[in-house]
Amino acid sequence: MGGSMIELQGLNKTFHLKSGSVDAVRDVSLSIGEGEIYGVIGYSGAGKSTLVRCLNLLEIPDGGLMRIGGDTVFLRDGVAYAGDSDRAPRMKEKQLNRLRRGIGMIFQHFNLLDRSTVFENVAYPLRFTGRSRRQISERVMELLGLVGLTDKADVYPSQLSGGQKQRVAIARALANDPKILLSDEATSALDPEATEAILALLKELNRKLGLTIVLITHEMAVIKSVCQRVAVMENGRVVEEGPVYDIFAHPQTPITRRFVSSTSPLSRVERLMSEDSPLVRPGPCEQLIRLTFDRENVGDHIISTVARQFGIDLNIVLANVEILENSPLGGMIVIISGAPDRVAAALDYLREHHVQTEVMANGH
Amino acid sequence: MDIEQLLRTWAPNLYAYRDRFLTSLSATGEMFLKAGLIAFVVGMLFGIILVVTRRGGIRENLLLYQAANLVVNVFRSIPFIILLIFLIPLTRKVVGTAIGVKGAILPLVFGTVPFYTRQVEVALSSVDEGKIEAARSMGSGTLGLIFRVYLHEAVPELVRVTTVTAISLIGLTTMAGAVGAGGIGSFAINYGQNQNHQDIVNVCVVVLLVLVFLLQSLGNLLAKRTTNRGLITRKHRRDGGVKERKA
Repeated sequence: MGGSMIELQGLNKTFHLKSGSVDAVRDVSLSIGEGEIYGVIGYSGAGKSTLVRCLNLLEIPDGGLMRIGGDTVFLRDGVAYAGDSDRAPRMKEKQLNRLRRGIGMIFQHFNLLDRSTVFENVAYPLRFTGRSRRQISERVMELLGLVGLTDKADVYPSQLSGGQKQRVAIARALANDPKILLSDEATSALDPEATEAILALLKELNRKLGLTIVLITHEMAVIKSVCQRVAVMENGRVVEEGPVYDIFAHPQTPITRRFVSSTSPLSRVERLMSEDSPLVRPGPCEQLIRLTFDRENVGDHIISTVARQFGIDLNIVLANVEILENSPLGGMIVIISGAPDRVAAALDYLREHHVQTEVMANGH
Repeated sequence: MDIEQLLRTWAPNLYAYRDRFLTSLSATGEMFLKAGLIAFVVGMLFGIILVVTRRGGIRENLLLYQAANLVVNVFRSIPFIILLIFLIPLTRKVVGTAIGVKGAILPLVFGTVPFYTRQVEVALSSVDEGKIEAARSMGSGTLGLIFRVYLHEAVPELVRVTTVTAISLIGLTTMAGAVGAGGIGSFAINYGQNQNHQDIVNVCVVVLLVLVFLLQSLGNLLAKRTTNRGLITRKHRRDGGVKERKA
């Protein structure tokens, strides 16, 4: 990982609609490293799509400073200046288009031209760039080879599955050798199998080409499987940001906790509790507790130690260990029973050993 | 010879005026082709301007949009027969005469363009915004977006609306007789209706029906040919209809 590929400082974007103004992006500052797969997660309307459109200036931000690739763009009052202040010259349409050509983008609904073959779709960004027919043809076949669709050059998009269409879109986005690829919910319209295949392809391209990928999604599972770092967005702001492992292990804000629990099998406990299932109903002198183990202690025999040392019983209701960025992250829902002072001491011991504990229900 | 016999028997009056009938046909043809060609170019241009400059368009320019929109609305509201006489002074200035085929072309263009503009606007609006956005993300400029995305993707729709407009243009040419342009419409009135020759009216109806039918068939064929989706589904069914699925 080299220096930063994308740097945003105080980026703002407001839409003025008839029904009022919407602050889609508010004071966003981020730094995305070269060769990184960076996730941006949020519910719909959180501003993540607008943010990613600001990165290639499909939307001109109202204010802020961006360094993207080798370009510096200063923004004020919705005007883009080609430099780090408004003394720099205004960016013209031509410059914007040149900048956009250096950044690939893929979309939820693929956005291929239906009346063009796969070959023509991939050739689109190559035409009118001074390349000869032969150069274009060679490059297109090379790109189709990269995404594994060489045999589909002459078919039309309507003949392809969703996953294949997204592969064509990826080939097209990479035609001009961009250093950055923006992915706007690129797997949201795909079935789980195709989603996995596309994510694997993005990972492979990231490794092979050193491509920096900014990936927008509302699914934490996507973040979990490919991203190294993630920003969580809510109401136009980045409310939490950091390495994916840390975000999963120690979510700070309520919205991040919701996203984290959305992919965790342990989240079933909440449903069980709302149904008042006997599985999660602690009896007298019992407590329902969630334990989170991170890479510091997931391999230790901490549970059996606690049971032995404090003379308490632990009944495991749900348990799961994830591997994130090659590090394990464990979680457990247990019903702990024993004398109250013993239980309290056991919980203290767990906390001392960096196991997060959360009492979810008390028995009566 | 057979046709001559047929005409003599079934449409004796038409046979008697056959030279004038042929002149009328060629006048209609001339008006249709000349006015049609001009209206095609101008209407397409206006349609593109409306789509490109509207709010949220790729080159938003509300002043230009409102102006084009107003012109289109005004001329669409005027019944053609009124437009025809209303434009007489202008036609005289532009082409030197307001009568005959020559004098009818300009009003025909004015009568067709607003209708066609709206149709083109609708056809171009049917192009998915996502495709425009993708092309913008690849660095396409305004001209690239117009020609390589809007016009390219809307071809089947454009063929359909052009067919509809062409058929309505035939209807308009029949009214051009009001300014002495001749054509099949005025022939049917002057030599059929006014002289009480029903056979002439009947033949004119048949000829117009055939013309419209041919235009519609040509339009349908072209629209089908330019839609890949249609071709593909058929081919697929022949292959057994099983779509290969591989991510």
